[in-house]
Amino acid sequence: MDFSSINPILLLASLMVAATPIILAAAGELVVERAGVLNLGVEGMMITGAITGFIATVTTGSPWIGFVAAAAGGAGLSLLFAFLTQILLSNQVATGLALTLFGLGLSALLGQGYNGIKAPEFPRIDIPVISEIPVLGPILFSHDPMVYVGIGIVAGIWYFLRYSRAGLVLRAVGENHEAAHALGYHVIRIRVLAIMFGGACAGLGGAYISLVRVPQWTDGMTAGAGWIALAIVVFASWRPWRLLIGAYLFGGVTVLQLNFQAAGIAIPVEYLAMSPYIATILVLVLMSAGRAPGSLGKIFHASR
Amino acid sequence: MKRRTLLASGAGAATLAMMGLPARAQDKTKVGFVFVGPIGDGGWTFEHNNGRLAVEAAFGDAVETVYAENVPEGPDAERVLTQMVLGGADLIFTTSFGYMESTMNVAAKFPDVKFEHATGYLRADNVSTYSARFYEGRAVQGHIAGNLTKSNKVGYIGSFPIPEVIRGINSAFIHARKVNPDVEFKIVWAFTWFDPAKEADAAKVLIEQGCDVILQHTDSTAPQAAAQAAGNVYTFGQASDMGEYAPMPRVSSIIDNWAPYYVERTQAVIDGTWTSVDTWDGIGRGMVGIGEISDAVPADVKASAEALRDSIASGAYHPFTGPLNKQDGSAWLADGETADDGTLAGLNFFVEGIDGDIPS
Amino acid sequence: MLTLEKRAQPSKAWVYVAPILAVIITMIVGGVVFAMLGKPPLEAIRTIFYDPLFGDFASYSRPQLLIKAGPLILIAIGLSFGFRAGIWNIGAEGQYIMGALAAAATGLAFYPMEARWLIFPLMVLAGLAGGMVWAAIPAFLRIRFKTNEILVSLMLVYVAEAIQASMALNLLRNPDGHGFPGSRNLSQYPSSANLELIANSGVHWGVMAALTAVIFAYFILARHRFGFDVRLAGQSPRAAGFAGVDAGRLVFICMLISGALAGAAGMFEVSGPAGRVSIDFNVGYGFTAIIVAFLGRLHPVGILIAGLLMALTYIGGELAQLSLGLPGAAIQLFQGMLLFFLLAVDVMTSYRIRFGKTE
Repeated sequence: MDFSSINPILLLASLMVAATPIILAAAGELVVERAGVLNLGVEGMMITGAITGFIATVTTGSPWIGFVAAAAGGAGLSLLFAFLTQILLSNQVATGLALTLFGLGLSALLGQGYNGIKAPEFPRIDIPVISEIPVLGPILFSHDPMVYVGIGIVAGIWYFLRYSRAGLVLRAVGENHEAAHALGYHVIRIRVLAIMFGGACAGLGGAYISLVRVPQWTDGMTAGAGWIALAIVVFASWRPWRLLIGAYLFGGVTVLQLNFQAAGIAIPVEYLAMSPYIATILVLVLMSAGRAPGSLGKIFHASR
Repeated sequence: MKRRTLLASGAGAATLAMMGLPARAQDKTKVGFVFVGPIGDGGWTFEHNNGRLAVEAAFGDAVETVYAENVPEGPDAERVLTQMVLGGADLIFTTSFGYMESTMNVAAKFPDVKFEHATGYLRADNVSTYSARFYEGRAVQGHIAGNLTKSNKVGYIGSFPIPEVIRGINSAFIHARKVNPDVEFKIVWAFTWFDPAKEADAAKVLIEQGCDVILQHTDSTAPQAAAQAAGNVYTFGQASDMGEYAPMPRVSSIIDNWAPYYVERTQAVIDGTWTSVDTWDGIGRGMVGIGEISDAVPADVKASAEALRDSIASGAYHPFTGPLNKQDGSAWLADGETADDGTLAGLNFFVEGIDGDIPS
Repeated sequence: MLTLEKRAQPSKAWVYVAPILAVIITMIVGGVVFAMLGKPPLEAIRTIFYDPLFGDFASYSRPQLLIKAGPLILIAIGLSFGFRAGIWNIGAEGQYIMGALAAAATGLAFYPMEARWLIFPLMVLAGLAGGMVWAAIPAFLRIRFKTNEILVSLMLVYVAEAIQASMALNLLRNPDGHGFPGSRNLSQYPSSANLELIANSGVHWGVMAALTAVIFAYFILARHRFGFDVRLAGQSPRAAGFAGVDAGRLVFICMLISGALAGAAGMFEVSGPAGRVSIDFNVGYGFTAIIVAFLGRLHPVGILIAGLLMALTYIGGELAQLSLGLPGAAIQLFQGMLLFFLLAVDVMTSYRIRFGKTE
């Protein structure tokens, strides 16, 4: 038993990295759900992004192109979901689950021949001057760019939903699609765009795993991160900034658990592993009724 | 098509056991492989598949191989095995401990088909077991690790707290301590054989806690990548050479070389000389390979590591040679005494000096 | 431009045509994918859909279909009540695990006592109860706090998985297991074994339970007041309220039914085909059953057929892997496509497609 071997600065820094894929995916899903659509296919879109990003990076040698390809891959897959649920009015729960199944299969097929290959390195950037600050520097300002992109996306979503007119319309569509339609907004068009944004973000999150966090390609490597992203959206009660807290909590528990083990502190791994989920349920209860977007998961058909 | 009529005629009463496939009128010998992971894991399954390819290369048209990857342990494995037998397999290798009961069940139904179960302990007239003495390779790793570490902290990523893994930890620790009395092991249990994200996290945590050598008993290359990103951290390839990470961080490796065994057993089936055996081979017979020790290791350490390897291979030295005490300080092996295979097979304790408990 | 026009009544014809059409489209598109992978498409389709039923070794694979389909059908039947009423229990996987754990713990508590007449029925009850308790949590939270049951039941899957890992490593670990995690083998302990009832038929108690559930569900939905309430609540919650349906009670009953059946499926699996509790003994039946419920369009007979079809793609897929070297991933892709196409053609049952200008 030796707490002193855990370095809190490094622990917090690695927590930032562990949380990034879930932050990215959850940020996208948050927008989708605020538009009134429940897409349970996050895992499928993440893994698709992980492989398209990996293939593009290996082929071109540039992780940046890889991330663009990952966003495109995730968005492409989400279009399938959008077509089925928005145009053909299929059930969102079932379609989302099918999307996950499909994405896992598709990615494993695409990834044949990419197993065990090393991806070009995605360099860490030490932000000049402020990365030299003791304690805060290594925790906050000495990461790879995607960590900041993730936080930037969350900030952007916050601004978009709160201050922009388009964000207002999106929220209106999510709260009451009938009313939004009556006001003349294109409910379906808005939702399709939201779904695609969600897919792109999920793709980025997946690629972060295959290009930075691991970094290599293996079948099914997202290993449930998509489901965790779904949970975090609820945990955050659909508010962007709270996403970060949720993601750090989830990521933190994983990292902390390993740190405890390495330091020889005997806490059963399983109980640590379940704690964030129980915390999410508690938050759900505390947030209580009426916080979820009013039209979440409901089918919209403009009957006339 | 012979068996089809057999099945059709006996469809009413025939039990599976009665479909024991008597006259096997086929010219090609069919060899099946059941894999627990994807072939592309770059480690455990990858090497078993290399063994399969070696069989194909050795026998050419005389042998046909079939395989199924990502087969979950449990009822699915039993079904896949049965389908393989029905598809005409003469010899089947089941390459994960978790297939033990499925293998025994299916083998009982088809006494004429030969089965080879890796790392298990149950045998039958038509079921052999085979495993490799990976702990011999661990001794060499421990020797190198003890010499290389500057922080005197060696990280060890364990998969499951089972005898095979515990043997490896003990063996590595004993030989690290021999060359470096101050060395400590930090052990993290990942509870998985193959989960790159988890393995990467485990490696990073160990590095953050000051370890500058990482040993892994999980199969992905993720810890190698984590070590490479960290800089001055040494690692060892596991299951396969992982040579793409040489010369740094990967300084050597344990290579599972199943090819000679698979070829030998296939030959035995062709010749009709196959019998049930319990094989546990090490460096000497080539089942455990020590990957090229890279130039990142000082020449004198490399030489002494190779000498250790050769003395284990020749049988002159046994990695578990006394005096050795158990973790609680009680005596295990007296001076000069070596551990017997029975004790090693069920090894469930750490040797003296290792911190931490085995999860139970 | 293509527009959808809601039908006054769901089309009777399309209810039957849509699934068949979906399977046919899936075969065609799947065949193209297989061809792109360099595998003979017709042979692959035949291996997946025909060989397990009528191929050389169908006498083996047909019973396997029942073993694989049994838990899927049992869980899907339970889910279908809630889904019809607009209650979304996504956490059947967790209820399945808890049912299995409760049953295994009950059985192992008696080990090695020989009293099958007592122990096996107790295990069934424990399985039902374990699943029910796990499903009661989201039900209670929804009624009391209006918490979203989709997310709570999903979260509880992860909690159940963690409990399962802990059980396999600690409380239920086999003391004679050479240090490996996992419980004793329940299918080899005579008092707890879920045996095959007819030799080589694949029919074990779980399959019987699934068939019984199909029949019960059929009559409840068609004849019973509860079935009427469920359908009404699904079509129009307001109307159901006027008709005197207690919404809270309905949520509770639907969740308990689905939890109990999922728990029972876990019990039959852990005491039979799977045999033991291990760290990851669940193989996703709870999630696949959601797909089965929708494929069967929430109708008991439909679910029966859908469960068998799903099992067919699993077993046929394995055959294709063995005989044609088709990668396992292609089968996963294929299953996802099947559901996509079904959902896509499903639009035809409730809507009419009109070509031409809007307005």
